[in-house]
Amino acid sequence: MAATLDQLFVQLLHGMTAPLPEAIRPWVALAISLGAILAVFGLCFGITTVCERKAIARMQNRLGPNRVGPYGFLQFAADGIKTLTKEDIVPRTADQVVHFLAPLALLVPVVLTFLVLPFGRNMTAMDLEVGLLFFFAAGASTELAVFMAGWSSRNKYSLLGAMRAIAQMLSYELPFILSTIGVVMITGALSTTKIVEAQAAAPGEWLARWHVFTPWGLAAFLLFLIAAFAESNRSPFDLPEGESEIVAGYFIEYSGFKFALFFMAEYLGMFSSSGMAVTLFLGGWTAPFAFLDWVPSWMWFFGKLGVLIALFIWVRGTTPRLRMDQLMDFAWKFMLPLALIILPTAAIWHYAGRGWLGWLVTAPIVVGAYVLLGRSLVGRRRIRQRSYRYAAT
Amino acid sequence: MLGIGLIKGLAETGRNFVGSYLDPDRLVTVEYPEERLPVKENFRQFPFLVFDGEKADIGLRCVACQICEKECPPQCIYIEKSKDKKPDHLGKPQFYPAVFDIDISVCMSCQICVEVCPFDAIKMDQQFELSTADRFRGLLLTRDRLAKPNSHFQAIHPRDAAEIDMRRVDERAKAEAKAKADAEAKAKQATAAAPGATKAVASTPKPAAAPANEGAIS
Amino acid sequence: MSPIFYFLAMLTLGGAVAAMSLRNPVHCALSLVVTFVGLAGVYLGLGAHFLGLSQVLVYVGAVAILLVFVLLLTRGSGKDEFDERPDRWWPALGVGGGLGGVLIAVVLAQPGLALRTAPPELPTVRALGESLMTDFVLPLQVVGVLLTAALIGAAVLALSDRRRTPQDSGPVTSREEGETRR
Ligand code: SF4
Ligand code: SF4
Repeated sequence: MAATLDQLFVQLLHGMTAPLPEAIRPWVALAISLGAILAVFGLCFGITTVCERKAIARMQNRLGPNRVGPYGFLQFAADGIKTLTKEDIVPRTADQVVHFLAPLALLVPVVLTFLVLPFGRNMTAMDLEVGLLFFFAAGASTELAVFMAGWSSRNKYSLLGAMRAIAQMLSYELPFILSTIGVVMITGALSTTKIVEAQAAAPGEWLARWHVFTPWGLAAFLLFLIAAFAESNRSPFDLPEGESEIVAGYFIEYSGFKFALFFMAEYLGMFSSSGMAVTLFLGGWTAPFAFLDWVPSWMWFFGKLGVLIALFIWVRGTTPRLRMDQLMDFAWKFMLPLALIILPTAAIWHYAGRGWLGWLVTAPIVVGAYVLLGRSLVGRRRIRQRSYRYAAT
Repeated sequence: MLGIGLIKGLAETGRNFVGSYLDPDRLVTVEYPEERLPVKENFRQFPFLVFDGEKADIGLRCVACQICEKECPPQCIYIEKSKDKKPDHLGKPQFYPAVFDIDISVCMSCQICVEVCPFDAIKMDQQFELSTADRFRGLLLTRDRLAKPNSHFQAIHPRDAAEIDMRRVDERAKAEAKAKADAEAKAKQATAAAPGATKAVASTPKPAAAPANEGAIS
Repeated sequence: MSPIFYFLAMLTLGGAVAAMSLRNPVHCALSLVVTFVGLAGVYLGLGAHFLGLSQVLVYVGAVAILLVFVLLLTRGSGKDEFDERPDRWWPALGVGGGLGGVLIAVVLAQPGLALRTAPPELPTVRALGESLMTDFVLPLQVVGVLLTAALIGAAVLALSDRRRTPQDSGPVTSREEGETRR
């Protein structure tokens, strides 16, 4: 029973493609998986927007949306209908072709990143040997779409927003990628499926071997998560769309459906980064404890994904926006060195083993590096009353 | 250490998140169409015309003097004087507005019309739910839509209304007393000059009404 | 040769032609990106997954961004058209033709160019990594040193530029501001 439930979707896909000729079967399977991914995460997107608005409202002691549907949970449908029926306005001076292509160029790579995520046992849409690289390659090409959107609108704000977005994404891409290299070193594979399998509990052990349960893994997980916040342009790294100064940033000149596409790409990017964090550090679809193995694997994946998304929302409701120099300082003076220190630490862990020796050697390195780098980032700075040159004090 | 502030912040928002479910008093939102806060007495939206008694076309206080029309800064009042006259609350015949329109899409709620009206005929309303699908007709308030009974004014501005009502009662009493005194004086005159009695009686209202009118203006 | 190959080849060549012939420099850069993507597709079609994805990661993710940034920061986005410099055509043609000739000559000189029906077994990523870290570790290190040197040089250039003109329109930090006030 548990096994059928576990493999339910795999069997379903198998049943759908079985009658087809051998040659086109993988392509059809890929297309069906893509459709399923779009449907599931499209719905996730809608529900997340509502939950986010409600949760942040509660954090600010407000009620949040509560009009459409039960407890306001159909608000996303209303919003969707609204954006779809809105007029699509293209600025007269805009570069029409590039302006049109930008949302597509943003959405397509983001959707492609989902293809290599293992949603459950045997549930990777495209099980590449270099899956991790595929994820980063697709993720990196979104930057160009951001530039296209910002530049083709012929608007100062959109260009500023695009510049900020690209500077931020380029800076955080380094720790984003570097923090995963430890995992690649330990598991010896770039395939997401293999990485997940390496984290399952070994026979006879009660605790799974998730990478987050190791000192270097915990640090790398936090780095990856912070970089994922920055890559998805979410608070506290939402300078590219800083409402107070550049209105909406690079997609300021988009309306209607294209605006919705940008919005959706942003959320999908958040989902895929969270999914990758789950895959790399939280053991993907594996259960944390060996005795919980009977729960279907995809439930574990989506449960962990939900937890991470809740964390994203929680942080968004908490933190103010960073300043540009703080943003850059954090990326280059804290995250990058820490990511570089984690790499040899992971190597040491590999040779020192999972036992007390590994902990004894690696934990002090990670904690010490964290404390020292953190102190060098914030400790030196004396905080004193601000003075303004022009405004009356 | 780096990160402590973030954890403190997360704890704070988490506390508010949970607290807002446990303790409804934290929520500040007023769910407007169902719940509403009482409006303040001094709140004002757009002007309306006050009438006494039951019927708007009889009791309208406005005498179509057109002062408000001239004073209104954005010129959103339009008045057409009537051809005939009707007695006001003191019994004096007065014009009345045949047409009285206020375009509230232009009105800026400055209350100047209220300040200048010598007859307490125009006051500020508190009705704010004025949205309409017809932005031309729906926002041009005609005399019939502007006219509201004095009881409405008493309800929304109790203090002002009480003061004005007192004044109007006084004026009326004075006017009546004066009319009576004049009538008596006239009657004495009439008895003194018996032959012209019928003529004198016919002309009594005129001198009686004139001072009453002056009193109303001051 | 599959239709996919022809599609990718058309994409690559079309992008290259557009990059040379379009009038707007940013359009040219974007067309070049199409070429990069097409080339990556060709690599992927040949089974060289690592190479193809690295191509996307490096060229689309970084080099193209660098290109458009350089275009924007040096030319200004208001000036869209190239200025015609006919006198530079001949050297450009010479350099391009020479480079192309060398490449073609090298490819033609390879002995195994005759189309093989069964491609050789492709190395896995693991084998690729192992040979990079053992046989080719010296070239790898040299390239690393070269890139680091270039990076440091760029940083030094940028820094010295600022030191020479301190009153330049650079951003005023809050610290400087506080001191001028006092
Ligand atoms: S409130 Fe002001 S703008 Fe409105 S009608 Fe009266 S005088 Fe005119
Ligand atoms: S000032 Fe008063 S009495 Fe005169 S027209 Fe205006 S509302 Fe009527």
